[in-house]
Amino acid sequence: MTRSEKTTKIAIRNLYKIFGANPASVLDKVKAGMSKEELMESHRHVLGLNNINVDIKEGDITVMMGLSGSGKSTLIRHLNRLIEPTAGEVLLNGENVVDLGPKELRRLRREEMSMVFQHFALLPHRTVLENAGMALDVRGLPRSEYESEAQKWLDRVGLTDVGAQYPHQLSGGMQQRVGIARALTSNSPVMLMDEAFSALDPLIRTDMQDLLLELQDELKKTVVFISHDLDEALKLADHLVILKDGFVVQQGEPQEILMQPNDPYIVDFISDINRARVLRVRSVMEKTGEAPAEVAGDVDRDDTLEEVIARSEGRTDLTFRVMHKGRQVGVLKMTDLVKALVPTAAAEDGLRSSAA
Amino acid sequence: MATYDFVFEGLGLEDWCEAGGDGAAPMSMDALMAQSSGEEAAPSLWDLPFPSMDALNEACAAFPQSRNVTLGLENGFLAVKDSISVVLDPITQPLSWMLDGALYAILNTPWWIVIPLILAVVWMVSKSWQLLGFVALSIGGLAFIDYYSYAMQTLAIIMVCAFLCVLLGVPIGIAMSRSDRLRAGTIPILDMLQTLPPFVYLIPLIFLFSVTEPKLYGIAIILYAIVPVIRLTDLGIRMVDESVIEAAEAFGMTDRQKLYGVQIPLALPNIMAGVNQTIMMSLAMVVIASLVSAPGLGVLVLRGINNLELGVGLVSGLGIVLLAVILDRTTKAALDRINAAQKG
Ligand SMILES: Nc1ncnc2c1ncn2[C@@H]1O[C@H](COP(=O)(O)OP(=O)(O)OP(=O)(O)O)[C@@H](O)[C@H]1O
Ligand SMILES: [Mg+2]
Repeated sequence: MTRSEKTTKIAIRNLYKIFGANPASVLDKVKAGMSKEELMESHRHVLGLNNINVDIKEGDITVMMGLSGSGKSTLIRHLNRLIEPTAGEVLLNGENVVDLGPKELRRLRREEMSMVFQHFALLPHRTVLENAGMALDVRGLPRSEYESEAQKWLDRVGLTDVGAQYPHQLSGGMQQRVGIARALTSNSPVMLMDEAFSALDPLIRTDMQDLLLELQDELKKTVVFISHDLDEALKLADHLVILKDGFVVQQGEPQEILMQPNDPYIVDFISDINRARVLRVRSVMEKTGEAPAEVAGDVDRDDTLEEVIARSEGRTDLTFRVMHKGRQVGVLKMTDLVKALVPTAAAEDGLRSSAA
Repeated sequence: MATYDFVFEGLGLEDWCEAGGDGAAPMSMDALMAQSSGEEAAPSLWDLPFPSMDALNEACAAFPQSRNVTLGLENGFLAVKDSISVVLDPITQPLSWMLDGALYAILNTPWWIVIPLILAVVWMVSKSWQLLGFVALSIGGLAFIDYYSYAMQTLAIIMVCAFLCVLLGVPIGIAMSRSDRLRAGTIPILDMLQTLPPFVYLIPLIFLFSVTEPKLYGIAIILYAIVPVIRLTDLGIRMVDESVIEAAEAFGMTDRQKLYGVQIPLALPNIMAGVNQTIMMSLAMVVIASLVSAPGLGVLVLRGINNLELGVGLVSGLGIVLLAVILDRTTKAALDRINAAQKG
């Protein structure tokens, strides 16, 4: 299914957020193009979000990425209105979240969206099981009724025996598993994750990413994931949104952004990654149904370049046939592959230093 | 001829001064001194008096003396006293009943019920054998030297007052934590209550209520001791981790659910620390309040001072220290158990 065929679950439209004493008074200036620094210097207001437009598709993991202070947390908190926008709309299933009354908003937070936090934010005075069942407890279900559901999700995230313990007795990784179980127990179709894995050790972090992908395969939730780590973003994202100073610099399929970065900021961002490991055959191949003259073998279109290099044993004169579901979808020349490993030309022209 | 004659001359007020000067006003201290020494001091800059009310009165008899201010205050107070009493009396009457009831109950229940009851409470709150042993020894000791009824009276008053402090203080603290404006308005009052020497606020209370009524000392104790529980409730709720509050909101908790399910439980260690301080301050005040007929160990201390009965004063002082240690340790033990349950 291509992106345009998927239903839009959440649509963010012309969203602005300005922090300060009187945001409405400077909104017009921001709309006219005033920069974040200028707004700070001449009007003492902080530009949080600047004309954000993003479609979040049902069943996708949409990753929002950007450096510290780029507005990621601010943006994700607009989706369940923990922060009120200065202007713009957030449409959930076509309904504007900004217009909801307090009661409807609570219903949305209880049933439509759940959230996982960077620092876990578990209730320290409740047991792990009670924390996992928090969403149902808030809806007024007695413990006896939510217990089995909470336990089911604790089991699912790999925490079978710790239900009676308190959060402080668990390691960070285990606490975040409780955080995820808590979000899953609410059974909401949308899951918001604000740097959910950033506070964890690298190894545990990889485990948690795998867990998320595994759960996602099964549950097909709409996940909005915030990260400042490109490797994590590339691993998880179906759709990648890159933020800088409160505006969207580029968004699209991760492979596409890697191959065609449209801004020095992004070039800078992606110049340090291991391209062979993240780029996939489909991004580098030549699309054609015609079989090439000399075929060294078949590769899948979703293989990484690293896997193809391993198969080629280092030879650059080979050509592979690219297959998808038993059909040829393209041809991959090793020379093209090697070229794709060099970061975008722009990076070498010194744009990196000028961007810094 | 007085130093500040020129002020009234300059303002053209001599007539007013003379009209008002009936000569009946009491002499100021300085004038009295000068008269007795029999000489008019030569005016020099060194002796220049501050232009105080008394100094100005010397120059102009119509100008009020400073004593008139305190007198005016007294009269004003007496004038409104009746109307205030009409409102305050019925509101505070239950306090008298509670104190009377508690004193009656604790003195008319046999010691072999009261003492085990106290020990049971201490055990339930602290779960500590050492503390239990200490309390048993202390109360037993006080009873052995026939101070039992005095100590129990003091304890009963503290219990009633501390209970009311918590009952009123916690909601006030919660309200303060929710409204910055209320907080800004309340803090100066709390500061004042806390810095005012305890004797000082007995004064208006003596005017308002008759000294024989228990509510007089009840109010004094409550006003003095309620401050920490208010402050620490407010502080405790404000200090609850932002991110936990955010999570509570993100999962759709109502304000009520947030208050009872998150804020109060997480503020509990602070609230309990406030309760501990409140109890200790009640104890301090109940001793002072013996000046206005509060019964208990304070009365003995007072007797020790008035009649120079050194032994009585010292022993009752020791009794107060023992009560203080018992109350402090017991509430601290409760606090520790709460802390242990939350953080470990
Ligand atoms: N309540 C606030 N008042 C004023 N400015 C704010 C407020 N909240 C956020 N900002 C500003 O908005 C900008 C975006 O902040 P935000 O927290 O969304 O960044 P972020 O991308 O999540 O960063 P990080 O990676 O550090 O979490 C920052 O410049 C920040 O200073
Ligand atoms: Mg953030």
